[in-house]
Amino acid sequence: MSYTTNAGKEYVCVMQVHCDVDEKTLAEVVKKFEGEIYQRPPVRSSVKRRLRIRRVKAIDLMEVKGRLALLRIESEPGTYMRKICHDAGILLGCGAHMRELRRTRSGIFTEKGLVTLQEVSEALYLWRNCKDESELKRILLPMEFALCGMPKIIVDDMAVNAIAYGAQVMAPGVVAYQKFNKGDLVGVITLKGEGVAIGVAEVSSEELENMEKGEVTRLKRVLIPRDVYPKAWK
Amino acid sequence: MNFYGFIYKIDEFCSYDNPWKIRKEEETSEKYGVYPDKRNVEQLIKNSIINLDKPPGPTSHEVAFWVKKMFNVNKVGHGGTLEPLTWGGVIPR
Repeated sequence: MSYTTNAGKEYVCVMQVHCDVDEKTLAEVVKKFEGEIYQRPPVRSSVKRRLRIRRVKAIDLMEVKGRLALLRIESEPGTYMRKICHDAGILLGCGAHMRELRRTRSGIFTEKGLVTLQEVSEALYLWRNCKDESELKRILLPMEFALCGMPKIIVDDMAVNAIAYGAQVMAPGVVAYQKFNKGDLVGVITLKGEGVAIGVAEVSSEELENMEKGEVTRLKRVLIPRDVYPKAWK
Repeated sequence: MNFYGFIYKIDEFCSYDNPWKIRKEEETSEKYGVYPDKRNVEQLIKNSIINLDKPPGPTSHEVAFWVKKMFNVNKVGHGGTLEPLTWGGVIPR
């Protein structure tokens, strides 16, 4: 999961400013946070409190009402919104804090197709008690969707179980691939589309084109269970 | 050579555009594995993602635990914590 949600996040947050400021000054101050910023994680946080550098891709002031400001922020993982609001308050000279926060995107997952806990509970009820699995099938996305957004390699049936037992992806087993660079995170799938593994490319896709043997990736995580595919080695 | 339709569906999910290059013609045997879009509910429960709208209040860890109990599965993960007030995606695996 962390491989797929490490690709950047998007938030909407409400900031309360502790004095009356006009929209223009506020917008100017907020814009200062775009780009690379220094941030020390807040007192109540789940990481070590040391100064870190984080990149804020975009920050927009969407609406201002009295002392409340609505912000949309696109940033790297590990950026604290509460801290951005607090620091904006210091720049304004009178302080500010975060009132509300909502994450609207985490990697490739957006608010599109969100489901609530109630919907999950109802879908489970329908399946268990009414033998109706349509709702549950709508809610459960095949885990392979998490590989969207990264280059993928398709391996043949014979290579799958070797990988499940810890082998690396070798050039002869590759059926097809998308463009990638050396060091990129790549997803490995079967010809049926099943997720096999996630790894780091040892070569670029251009190099793979002329490779006859050798390792293509260093795998980080194997997704497929052992012995789903036949053992093809001696 | 065209691949099984689901392979293209993966990239459509997040509008990812990266053309395929084919190294060799190869077919998959129907004897092994399951097409992801043909999994039955039991198989689906073990390998899925739920894009969950987490209610404000409980933490991501609490919600992940509830989902785990609801589905009666061994492993549930989530896509990151925030301060208690926001949501995280949950995968029962």
